[in-house]
Amino acid sequence: MEREAIIGEKDHSNWRELKNRLFFGTVVVLAGITISPILLIVYKLLAKGLKQINFDFFLKVAPDTLQAMTAVRNGEIIPGGIANGITGTILMVVVASLIAIPVSIVIGIFLYENQGKKYANLIRSLTDILQGVPSVVLGLIAYIWIVQGVTKGFSALAGSVALAIMMLPLIIRSTEETMKMIPISIKEAGAALGVPYHKIILKVMIPSGFSGLMTGILLSISRVLGETAPLMLTTLGSTTINFNITKPTSAVPLQIWEFYNNPNMIDLVWSSSLFLMGFVLTLNIIAKRISMKYS
Amino acid sequence: MSDKILQISNPVLSISNLSIAYGKDKYAVKDVTADVKRNAITAIMGPSGCGKSTLLRAINRMHELYPNIHTQGEIKLNGESIYGISTTKLRRKIGMVFQRPNPFPTMSIYENVIAGYNLNGSKLKKSEKDEIVESSLTDVGLLDEVKDSLNKKGNFLSGGQQQRLCVARALAFKPDVILMDEPTSALDPLSTAKIEDLLVELKEHYTIILVTHNMSQAARISDNAMFMYLGELVEYDKTKVMFTNPKDSRTEGYLTGKFG
Ligand SMILES: Nc1ncnc2c1ncn2[C@@H]1O[C@H](COP(=O)(O)OP(=O)(O)OP(=O)(O)O)[C@@H](O)[C@H]1O
Ligand SMILES: [Mg+2]
Repeated sequence: MEREAIIGEKDHSNWRELKNRLFFGTVVVLAGITISPILLIVYKLLAKGLKQINFDFFLKVAPDTLQAMTAVRNGEIIPGGIANGITGTILMVVVASLIAIPVSIVIGIFLYENQGKKYANLIRSLTDILQGVPSVVLGLIAYIWIVQGVTKGFSALAGSVALAIMMLPLIIRSTEETMKMIPISIKEAGAALGVPYHKIILKVMIPSGFSGLMTGILLSISRVLGETAPLMLTTLGSTTINFNITKPTSAVPLQIWEFYNNPNMIDLVWSSSLFLMGFVLTLNIIAKRISMKYS
Repeated sequence: MSDKILQISNPVLSISNLSIAYGKDKYAVKDVTADVKRNAITAIMGPSGCGKSTLLRAINRMHELYPNIHTQGEIKLNGESIYGISTTKLRRKIGMVFQRPNPFPTMSIYENVIAGYNLNGSKLKKSEKDEIVESSLTDVGLLDEVKDSLNKKGNFLSGGQQQRLCVARALAFKPDVILMDEPTSALDPLSTAKIEDLLVELKEHYTIILVTHNMSQAARISDNAMFMYLGELVEYDKTKVMFTNPKDSRTEGYLTGKFG
């Protein structure tokens, strides 16, 4: 009997070990499946794009076809860079932020202050719907409103408006969630000192939720940085550096698309993508840092 | 007037026929009439939900922050209606300390004490600010403990120290009255004792109204005591009298621990 028991136990532990191994194996495989696309992308971008990244890449505008063709034929790296795209992207993201951040924070605070009220719930649902609208549709709307209505032609402003609309739901949501995390007692402390409502919001609530708000803003920016479709319909692109928001302007994702369509500039597709990916990744890391540091 | 309600001459506050309802007819405070003695500690006692906090918050109109609130009756501060001045002015004269210490997390200790001025946009000279901060922190007995870290955030302070910081923040305005809603219920016995000592010292210059669940605390430090039940002010008397010889059977029941 004793013997049997021992054998039984041994079988049991074997089975358990097998189960453990199976489980561990599954986890490793699944993790591998998740990570491999990222690793493959980064590897490919580095392998193909890194050689193009130099000072000129950041300081010069995109080359014309002839320059690119000559370089490719001579086996040299393609001259020029994406300065027009980088400046355009920064210009449009800054303008989009200037539009989206104040509007979304006001709406987010409004939603927080009106928890459970019908009109607040309605606005919250509309925000969710807005988040689900395909970006190309937002591009069309910005085309009608701004390109046709305001600037009478493709413009950075139109692109910014499209991007701003995309940023709205993200910042609204993160603002509301951030405000909810701040203890009511902090607000009461302000009120008990006779501080008027708008100053409580501006000087107490927003500073207290600064890291949350900042995280939301950075993530929304990194979300729209790579948008291509709405920009095609609104800013069109430009071969020169442009800081006039009423004029067509380039952007990094637009340039990637243009390079892709030009067989001589394929190398620039990789380097521009590498840059864009690095930019987005950096913003994400900063956002994570901020939210970790202040929470 | 009923003999169960203490009469007070030259009161700092007088509350008359105050009724407060959340929503249409859910009355939390019912027809309360009472005067509050100057430079004394007045305790408000009563079982949970009897309307203590609502009454207290009505005194600096903090209860108006809740939606659908209905208030009837009158409260006078030094003979003047509290509804005749802005809440900003009113709350400078009637400060408040909460159940849980709530210093502003983004501000330093110094900024917390002076927050009432800074947040309201008062322009004070640095020297004036320094003076207010120093005297407020001295009054709450915190200056020695924090004088080397005035520019640090207050989150390393103990709960009791944070609560004293909140008292200092309220004192910075040199208010007439300080309202306190169970200010020690989140603190350990030692910090509680310190706050109690502090309140007894403060009453020399300030009037304190203290909501407390802790009967022995009321007995230890209050001069006068109110007993509320289901929104009514059942009995209001000198604390000693109320604890030794309550006039209402409900007061007696509460004080002897039959309910609450
Ligand atoms: N914001 C509110 N909305 C609706 N009803 C409320 C609100 N605050 C309090 N009440 C109700 O009003 C009554 C009195 O509440 P209050 O907080 O004044 O009692 P309390 O004596 O301070 O109780 P406790 O000892 O538990 O703090 C209770 O019935 C409570 O449910
Ligand atoms: Mg209460």
